Amino acid sequence: MAMPLHQFFTSTDYLLSLPMIMLALFGMGVLIIDLLLPPEWKRANAWTALVGLVFSAIAVYKVQIADRIAEAHGQAGSFVGFGGSLVADRFAIYFYYLFLAGAAIAILMSVKYLEIEREQHGEFYALVLFSVIGMMCMASGYDIVLLFVGLELMALSTYVLVGFLRRDQRSNEAALKYLLLGAFSSGIFAYGLSLFYGLAGSTNLGQIALTLEQHFLANPKDPVAILALLTTATGLLFKIAAVPFHQWAPDAYEGAPTSITGYMSVAVKAAGWALLLRIFLYMLYPLRPIYLPMIIFVSLATLTAGNLAALTQSNLKRLLAYSSIAHVGYMLLGLVAGNTNNASSTGIKGIMVYLLVYTFMNLGAFAVITSLRRRDIIGDEIDDIAGLMFKAPTEAILMLVFLLSLAGIPPLAGFWGKYFIFLSLIESGHYALATVAVLYAVLGLYYYMRIANAMFMRRAETAEPVSLSPGLRLALAITALGTVIIGIFPEVFLRAAAWSLSVPQASAVAGLLK
Amino acid sequence: MVPISYYLVLSAILFACGVLGFLIKRNVITIFMSIELMLNAVNLSFVAFASYWQALSGQVFVFFVMVVAAAEAAVGLAIIIAVFRTRQTLNPDRVNLLKL
Amino acid sequence: MTPIAPTFFFYFLSAVALISAILVITRKNPVHSALALIVTLLSLAGLYLMLYAPFVTGVQVIVYAGGIMVLFLFVIMLVNIERAMKEEEFNKQWIAGLIASLLLGGLFLAVYFKGRAIFPSEFTKIPEQMNTQQVGMLIFQNYLLPFEIASLLLLVAIVGAVVMAKKKLS
Repeated sequence: MAMPLHQFFTSTDYLLSLPMIMLALFGMGVLIIDLLLPPEWKRANAWTALVGLVFSAIAVYKVQIADRIAEAHGQAGSFVGFGGSLVADRFAIYFYYLFLAGAAIAILMSVKYLEIEREQHGEFYALVLFSVIGMMCMASGYDIVLLFVGLELMALSTYVLVGFLRRDQRSNEAALKYLLLGAFSSGIFAYGLSLFYGLAGSTNLGQIALTLEQHFLANPKDPVAILALLTTATGLLFKIAAVPFHQWAPDAYEGAPTSITGYMSVAVKAAGWALLLRIFLYMLYPLRPIYLPMIIFVSLATLTAGNLAALTQSNLKRLLAYSSIAHVGYMLLGLVAGNTNNASSTGIKGIMVYLLVYTFMNLGAFAVITSLRRRDIIGDEIDDIAGLMFKAPTEAILMLVFLLSLAGIPPLAGFWGKYFIFLSLIESGHYALATVAVLYAVLGLYYYMRIANAMFMRRAETAEPVSLSPGLRLALAITALGTVIIGIFPEVFLRAAAWSLSVPQASAVAGLLK
Repeated sequence: MVPISYYLVLSAILFACGVLGFLIKRNVITIFMSIELMLNAVNLSFVAFASYWQALSGQVFVFFVMVVAAAEAAVGLAIIIAVFRTRQTLNPDRVNLLKL
Repeated sequence: MTPIAPTFFFYFLSAVALISAILVITRKNPVHSALALIVTLLSLAGLYLMLYAPFVTGVQVIVYAGGIMVLFLFVIMLVNIERAMKEEEFNKQWIAGLIASLLLGGLFLAVYFKGRAIFPSEFTKIPEQMNTQQVGMLIFQNYLLPFEIASLLLLVAIVGAVVMAKKKLS
């Protein structure tokens, strides 16, 4: 029975898992180096972690080149590793870059912030790297076992990161709430997966989809399949904080360290979306007629609750939490419009573009809020940002750019996200939904402008100056450049989003079964 | 011979018990135990399906669910200790668990 | 091959599992809940044995009943249980919670009774003496990557638990 090693772990497996291996090595390296560093050198951990992210990005680029070579040989989209449980297709590669960028910017934002909080520990950066590994598994997993384990790796790392400020009561409690609701939703999600396993007898997404398709032709209103769909979707909607499963988000966002709030609202959310799209587009597409009304209802509820609740918030982090819930509503509309038999439709492409631009503009806004944290000022209330124009004009103007982009004003990046979602709704004939979405976008402008109003029109409440650390400066520069450049020259990025969907799922499934 | 659906019914009832405990209990540790109950219901239905399909992949999934449960319990209980240290209570109403 | 355990054992073990599961969520003292949960876990282990899954049974007894529950009991002892006992047992929304869970359970049961035809009652057995070996082969072939990720998951759990619970706030 003894099998040679190369059958367990082939060279393709090695290539496809190299990005994760890099992150794991550097994460463990950070944990070890941290023990050797004197306290005043602790910030070196951040640079180690950043180097790890760069190495991982190089490994992702290697996978991308291999994909290009395979395409030249007419085998596009056939990158399957670990016995079919990992598919590093273009969809996954796109998300890999997104996660790495989000993690890098969040680390840049954290260096100074953790020093102010007196919590500068190597574990923080190691946990960020480990959570990125989990996200990569969520984006590239083609097997429910890998998807579930990756989801939990990301979630567990994030729970600890949220509670990282142990002196701060808010941070502890946020971690507790997030963990309880996260574990609860994982339980529901796993129950749904078990039902799908029971229907199909396989843990592979492609196999499950094929069996579901046949099963569904035979009995179209099978209650077990519908129950499985409901429980799985509930778990997924919890993870992306869609209404009515959003209660954890504002509390967790408010209590978490500000840089982690930014990280959660972009990278963790993008990973949730990667998982959701993987499952809905690659496994559940036979059930689309059943889940469509549900998604329409959830997206409308999400838009309504997110936008209305954001109107009355006085805490910046909470306000942005509700606004991020509202953004999820727009993206869900993309799923409504996206025709799943053709994954490269405008709706899905809109979601991909949206996630990309959202990474830059939202992290930028959180970078500005991070800079408000000074010696004894927590700096996350709207009052704290008042009069920013007179203290730090550059920052105030950058914040205005990010806010306008979040509101979807052209020619900034956020406009393109909303544009494709609305376009896809009109293309697919959902005129009423498009109208509602546009109205809510106008409402969104109001609460973003409330922040701008405080920055430009009101007097500062404290005289304490705002100072920028080099890391934060770099983070602000990257996010601002990203927001403006994507807004003005969108072609490259739109092509990247289209590229990520250019392998239709049918061939991916066929590639697995050969 | 016990039909497979009996196991599924048992699993569903256990799962509902877990959800009930999660929703109504006030002590955080017991809420955690309710989550363990839910995960065990998931495990039971996986093993039942694995036996029905004569495929061991379901049992492998159970193995991973147990790893996840162990890791979640370790982190969760550590967070509970941290919260308890600052608040001296285990009642999530005090920590506003369900505040909108 | 004749079944190892008669139907009686199924009913017996599931009754034990259900009663102790209800005890878990109705006892006020968390120690009692934890002990009831251990009984549930052990009776589930018995059910796994009836489903020809000896490996899962072993892991269930060793990891769940042996490891996780001891952790729970430790934490219950660490935190102030006297104070928790004085507080209300259920929260204010308990009626809503009860109704929601009953509806959920009812939905699940309705679905299973309606969809019973999908899962026929007869199924043949795999010879169980090979079970552990086959599970091992699967883990190191098809599920190699999840297995490695699980090791990272445990590392994160260790690091996270140490970060959250260590006493010194340097």
